[in-house]
Amino acid sequence: MKVNSPLEVYKFLPQTNCGDCGEATCMAFASHMIDRSLKLEDCPPLLEDKFKKKYLKLAELLAPEIREVIVGTGEHTVSVGGDDILYRHQLTFFNQPALAVDVWDTMSEDELVERIKFINEYKKFYVGRFLKLDMVAIRSTSGDPDKFKQAVTSVAGNTELPLILCSLDPKVLKAGLEVVADRKPLLYAATKDNWQDVADLVVEYNVPLVLFSPDDLDTLKSLAATFLEMGRDDLVLDPGTNPQGKSLRESFENFLMIRRAGIKEGQHEIAFPLLAVPMTAYLANDDPVSASYWETVLASVFTVRYGDIMILHSIEPYALLPELHIRDTIYTDPRTPVKVDPKVYEVGSPDKDSPVFVTTNFALTYYTVESDLASNGIDCYLLATDTDGLGVEAAVAGGQMTGQKVSDEFKRVGFDFGEMTGHNTVILPGLAARLQGDMEDASGLKVKIGPPDSGRIPGWMEKNWPPE
Amino acid sequence: MAKKIKLSELGSLFNDMDVESLEGVTIEGEIELEMDTGGGLDPQLAYMLGHETAQISRHLINISRLLGYPVDQLFGSMAQAAVPGVIRPGQLLSSKFEVNKIEEWKNPIQEVTLGATSSDGGTRTSTITLGGENALPYYFDSPMPHHNHITMDVFDMPIGMAKAVKVNYEDVIESPAEWAKKVVNDYGADMVTIHLISTDPGIKDTSPREAAETVADVLQAVDVPIVIGGSGNPEKDPEVLEKAAEVAEGERVLLASASLNLDYERIAKAANDYGHVVLSWTQLEINAQKELNRKLMKQCNVKREDIVMDPTTAALGYGLDYAYTNMERIRLAGLIGDEELSFPMSSGTTNAWGAREAWMVGSPLKEDSDWGPREYRGPIWEIVTGLTLSLAGNDLFMMMHPGSVAVLKEITQSLQGSLERNAVDISDWVTAEV
Repeated sequence: MKVNSPLEVYKFLPQTNCGDCGEATCMAFASHMIDRSLKLEDCPPLLEDKFKKKYLKLAELLAPEIREVIVGTGEHTVSVGGDDILYRHQLTFFNQPALAVDVWDTMSEDELVERIKFINEYKKFYVGRFLKLDMVAIRSTSGDPDKFKQAVTSVAGNTELPLILCSLDPKVLKAGLEVVADRKPLLYAATKDNWQDVADLVVEYNVPLVLFSPDDLDTLKSLAATFLEMGRDDLVLDPGTNPQGKSLRESFENFLMIRRAGIKEGQHEIAFPLLAVPMTAYLANDDPVSASYWETVLASVFTVRYGDIMILHSIEPYALLPELHIRDTIYTDPRTPVKVDPKVYEVGSPDKDSPVFVTTNFALTYYTVESDLASNGIDCYLLATDTDGLGVEAAVAGGQMTGQKVSDEFKRVGFDFGEMTGHNTVILPGLAARLQGDMEDASGLKVKIGPPDSGRIPGWMEKNWPPE
Repeated sequence: MAKKIKLSELGSLFNDMDVESLEGVTIEGEIELEMDTGGGLDPQLAYMLGHETAQISRHLINISRLLGYPVDQLFGSMAQAAVPGVIRPGQLLSSKFEVNKIEEWKNPIQEVTLGATSSDGGTRTSTITLGGENALPYYFDSPMPHHNHITMDVFDMPIGMAKAVKVNYEDVIESPAEWAKKVVNDYGADMVTIHLISTDPGIKDTSPREAAETVADVLQAVDVPIVIGGSGNPEKDPEVLEKAAEVAEGERVLLASASLNLDYERIAKAANDYGHVVLSWTQLEINAQKELNRKLMKQCNVKREDIVMDPTTAALGYGLDYAYTNMERIRLAGLIGDEELSFPMSSGTTNAWGAREAWMVGSPLKEDSDWGPREYRGPIWEIVTGLTLSLAGNDLFMMMHPGSVAVLKEITQSLQGSLERNAVDISDWVTAEV
């Protein structure tokens, strides 16, 4: 964006402090514009005719440096790009990279349907939600427009996910567009050799487009400038993903250079989302496990450094799990601590003799403790105290975790020690040892102090459980 | 210089180009179009390329829209239909890509050498040097002077390990010396870390003297530089590391670790007295890292070339986002001149094996899709954890699985540009039968 202080935004707001946006003042709303936690459209008065000029000006000033490109329609869309920063601590990255898994038009119908079903349904639970795959990339390996059309028809009939149509032959692409243009697929790709015919296609069908110029950024920029000239700004750039050796380093550099040019230097013509093709790992590795591993490695590199769409081939869980997780890692908003619901969780199958542990609702703390308990086969109850997402040490120091507070939390969630346990005992984290007396007074429970590190709970249990 | 014309003059403009009328266009009211005659949007060029009359008019409409004229209201449905008539240039617009280097990265990261050969008072046959970077890792702004290094873990007693790791060490698990030989000779470790975990009073309470003997055995067994790690017990570690430092005098080992929750002065003194390097360990907190580094330098007189940092590694899915951003911030701060943070970094990448995805047979949640065989999941978890931190600026990796070590070396050295591999033609990847 072209502004960096709330004051610069405030100038263009109605300045009535009407509160319709949910904020007390226009200045508060302005600061939400700068950190991108609210949208301009959340200010109803600004959408009135009399403010139209200011609205348009603000929209221009606040537009992200990297264009946002939308693939798909209705509920089934993927947005990519839209970033304003180079390092995630500066704000946060927006629009996590879309993971697109490939299918190809020389697959049998049965194989194709089975693979699509897998892509549709693949999911991994993580911090309260499921991590999933986003797109299907249909490759024309046959080079035959009819075959491609058939494959596209079949894919379209079996998934709602947004699609990428992949061929460098405009006739093949056209055959695919004839079937699914209304789903607004991403077209892959225009090159220096086919761009004129592909240009006619994107104009005719009005779909977003990838520009592919392996290892040649001058040509890539020329292509982008040319399509911009034609009024197309729903573009994605593929500077090439070389799978190994020195040429891999060059590809990595290209991603860095393009994104730096777009964000730091405001080079408008090259400020588009980037597409990486980790599946080129398969061009360099014959052994399927090595290829799958290397593809995961490439996907990780380009997730950390600026890839916005990944075209992947491996559907092995050992490839998909880390790919889903590294994407989540880089795109989690660092401004808000990740929290879990404050409540009592059951680990394993606890009964009346099982211990009751206490931790905080900081997701990282909670999941660490929970996995330490679960992985050691300890059946127990675990309270995630609402500390507003702070860890134990900080919450004790800051007063978000007190004896009274923990005691109240058990009451709030309706956990009755008399009914749920036969021991009337609660175990506080070692780092909250100083709350012991408070906690006894507030709750009337027996309070034991666990180890400072949940990794030592198994050893602690041997000596301290069951209570005497 | 922009030339002003009225819409009513458009007809005459087109006269010269053999265009007689703009079909289907109704214009009401008076508007002016501003055209930059020197620009690329030349109707004549468009005409030369054989475009139809209507396309030229649509082109003009597009220009006027770009200039902010309310053509959509004026032209009604006509303008809506304008999209298909966009003019395609006859050839690619010529453009050259350029980008600047980052000027603010002026402060090199401190170079730290681990290990000492006989000429420097040690017995190692080789040394390794960390740091020296002038840019984020693998960036084009400045070449990385040293590649990443890997030190493999050896423990002073048998410990619980993920199955995929354990199978590699079953024959050496009782002997730290043999274990050390194996990681160097068979698995290509650049260094060995001997973890003296049995010294923990809660484990075996091995005496510092006995632990020092283990260190001596390892130094005898291998000739690469070593890292000496305590048990993590803040009361016991200072005396254990003191004894270990003494027995390793002159070898320039990395002493792991000094931290704010133990007597870091004793660790620092041991390093200074016996010629070693201190690992400055903090827990995911950049300000604590500054504080500890400052204390080591100012209060304990540790020299800059004797400090490596461990800002803490959390596993993929278990806080790697914090570890990654913490390291990236530390490195960026160092590069722009924060001398309390411009040190090489070390990662306990082995922590990745704590992630349940790395070692569990399958997902404990029935809603999850199949996790697949864990033999493949564990090593890639360690690789991705390390790789991510390498991109944030980490220099030294403490690792466990030989496969993970091999792949991490391959990718970091590829990104550094030091690996020759066959070029692969990617221009036609779309049609690849794989």
